[in-house]
Amino acid sequence: MSDLYAPLPPSKKLFNAAMSVTAFALSALALIPLLAMLWAILSKGVPHLTADVFTQLPAPAGMKDVPSGFANAIIGTGVMVAIAAGLSLPLGILTAIYLSEFGKNSTFASGVRMLVTILSAAPSIVVGVFAYGVFVLPLKGFSALAGGFALSVIMLPIVTLATEESLKLVPNAQRLASAALGAGYGRTTLRIVLARAFPGILTSSLLAIARAAGETAPLIFTALFSQNWLEGLLGPSASLSVLIYNYASSPFVDQNNLAWAAAVMLVGIVVFTNLLARWVTRNRQTTR
Amino acid sequence: MLPSSNPPPSNSLAPSSAAPNEGEQPPIPVMHVQDLSCFYGRHKAVEGVYMDIYEKHVTAIIGPSGCGKSTFLKTLNRIGEMESDLRIQGRVELLGKNIYAKGTNLNQLRRQVGMIFQQPNPFAMSIYDNVAYGIRTVSRPSRSVLDDAVESALRSAALWDEVKDNLNQSGLDLSGGQQQRLCIARALAVNPKVLLMDEPCSALDPIATMKIEALLHELKNKVTIVIVTHNMQQASRVSEYTAFFSTDEHRIGQLVEFGATSQIFLEAEQPSTRDYVAGRFG
Amino acid sequence: MTEALEPTQSNLPQRSPVPTESWVSQFGDGGFRGISFLAALLTASIPFWMCLLIFKDAQPAIAKFGLAFVWTQEWNIDQSLFGALPYIYGTLVSSAIALFLALPIGVAVAIVTSEKVLPEGLQTPIAFLVELIAAIPSVIVGLWGRFILIPALEPFQQFLYSHFKWIPIFNTQPFGPSMLMAGVVLAIMIVPTIAAISREVFLAISQDLRNGAFALGATQWESIMFITLPAAASGIFGAASLALGRALGETMAVTMVIGNVNEISTSLLNPGNSIPALLANQFGEASDPLHVGALMYLALLLFLVTLAVNAIAAVLVRALTRNA
Repeated sequence: MSDLYAPLPPSKKLFNAAMSVTAFALSALALIPLLAMLWAILSKGVPHLTADVFTQLPAPAGMKDVPSGFANAIIGTGVMVAIAAGLSLPLGILTAIYLSEFGKNSTFASGVRMLVTILSAAPSIVVGVFAYGVFVLPLKGFSALAGGFALSVIMLPIVTLATEESLKLVPNAQRLASAALGAGYGRTTLRIVLARAFPGILTSSLLAIARAAGETAPLIFTALFSQNWLEGLLGPSASLSVLIYNYASSPFVDQNNLAWAAAVMLVGIVVFTNLLARWVTRNRQTTR
Repeated sequence: MLPSSNPPPSNSLAPSSAAPNEGEQPPIPVMHVQDLSCFYGRHKAVEGVYMDIYEKHVTAIIGPSGCGKSTFLKTLNRIGEMESDLRIQGRVELLGKNIYAKGTNLNQLRRQVGMIFQQPNPFAMSIYDNVAYGIRTVSRPSRSVLDDAVESALRSAALWDEVKDNLNQSGLDLSGGQQQRLCIARALAVNPKVLLMDEPCSALDPIATMKIEALLHELKNKVTIVIVTHNMQQASRVSEYTAFFSTDEHRIGQLVEFGATSQIFLEAEQPSTRDYVAGRFG
Repeated sequence: MTEALEPTQSNLPQRSPVPTESWVSQFGDGGFRGISFLAALLTASIPFWMCLLIFKDAQPAIAKFGLAFVWTQEWNIDQSLFGALPYIYGTLVSSAIALFLALPIGVAVAIVTSEKVLPEGLQTPIAFLVELIAAIPSVIVGLWGRFILIPALEPFQQFLYSHFKWIPIFNTQPFGPSMLMAGVVLAIMIVPTIAAISREVFLAISQDLRNGAFALGATQWESIMFITLPAAASGIFGAASLALGRALGETMAVTMVIGNVNEISTSLLNPGNSIPALLANQFGEASDPLHVGALMYLALLLFLVTLAVNAIAAVLVRALTRNA
């Protein structure tokens, strides 16, 4: 019975130790870029995050001591994300309602789900190409509308699939109880099912918005870019993400600095929206 | 093979021998079930039921599990077909009109024949809004009319005194027994003729159960009640009529016997009924 | 008979029993159902619309170059000669490097956040942080890559060149942006995908399997490496496929670090190009229908390949998380 207390043989100990070290090292390797990125963005961007940034247009390249900012990019991102949300949220939520309440497991509904999944796998640059074909070619020009449309195509599958999940979580007994009181489908869905699923739907909408705000590729050749204020939805528009792309490769340090400042703002928006989305769901879990 | 209830069983339409209380008027059927069979897709779950539901009385439906009691109950307000591919053959009549006729307004039907489910399922809204939900579905009464209707329903459900100061509290914050009474109030608010209850106390503790059973004694003066229960003692306590369901060897549910509760429990005619109430199987 | 059935409270409208369907309520319900059905139809039509439109606009190039487009190397806008090979090559190679680097890291993170090799309290923060990487917009990863990562890894790239130039993949002088850099940046971006899905796969593996190993005297790590990991293999493969699908379509981070040079070279230290990077660079200025057509053709190829890879991945991942 003495070997009940014998220690592990050295080979096993070594193996365990080596595996642990490797696993932790690799995990650290995964986290280092994140921390490095956040550090770089904050240290290089925050110093250039002045009040001008919110109010001024970008100064022409190379000019010094001219107030410079990217207010037009902030507005542009805001406007295009708003267009995207306005298009994709109603369409996505209605589609999800169909899939969860009416179509359920029918062949048509399964087909729709598959197509939505295909859409979600489309690279964002291809979505940009699509929007280019739909708007830029026929209208012979770049526009905020085209950019907003491209973003909406990216948001649509996220909203649809996540909303369907939230709707399916509502217990069926609630629908039956509402029907047992004589309410029809429309009323039951709106007052009972959607109301109950609302936090989840809000979360997925926020996550989709965060994603859209950060997208660049779909905007590069749909909304293009602009150094000026937005002139209507049919003209090109600046955006935070395209500004970062353009100014990052600029030889002028002032523009590089603006790029970093814009990066801080963009990351701030994205992280904030993500956290807000999670907070919404966590808050609701405390009520039964 | 268990003898199925042949039409019409003498004990279901003979008021004088079936009336549980002496000196009362003969009971009037508010619902009539004629040769009802229930199918899930191609699979027959219940066969050949003939039964009357007498108004302002409590009818209990008892039987071993899996014998189609709930399935049968859910055909009475056509809720069963909402949650599965349930379909029926035969007739179910509410006040003489076939509820399965083409063109039946299902919403209206369900307001007339309400339902209480096994798990209390109040909506995620205030107590007031829960009770007002059914009323608001068809009308927009003034606030004072609505207040009165809500109070009346909550009183009928013996819940008013406990919640009258907190009507804006969420329905989900109540205890299990209170939630079930809230569901009852909610159902009563639309003035149904019949209230179907599918094992309403099985998820509740004994004290909450007692309160609901006491409630049933008063409720039956206002609304007809049909209650499915797997608890025989409960059936004998609360009901005046009892229907005993069981399965044959093909696992198809059948109405074995129907009659006054006292008769079913003390001198049932069918041997399987006698065995069941004596606890010899179940 | 009616007397006995009079409701005790008469504020509410009296209705005869079981009236037939009122056309208003029929329409209301039917209308709602109809609108949601139309929405579903519209949503489902978008992928078709996308394919058809891109295919149609690619016609000038498809008609002129046919399938040879795929293996032609020349891309000359002035002479209207277009070939996709450098970009296909760049896309595949950068994605392959990314997968090679990201797979061990992603699986390590998955193990660390699902198996009991860490104090429980650390698992959620680590999983959360890794997920956060996925939320960072690609253009910001590119910005960081260009200004921070490339200079930081310059000595490393030099090291590879000076000490390993006898290996073909390291045999050119690096000067910053390169295929290797693109691979590294892509790896950073796809680690969260591999980690998240592999984690689900690990969690889906029945505890009985591990218990069987423990009951035979295996240590924690032995059980993970020799029992759990093999069982998770096809799921991890699915995760890798999904990550590959993402990497193939990744645009911004790649275009900011790959150098955007239309060359094919065996050396990873050379700059290169990829399909998404090229599209990002040239679509804004393309005007000639043949040029646009060639770009559309590239987009179509990218779309189809990404679709195929994702389809395979979805099948694999679903199969494992259902069976385990």
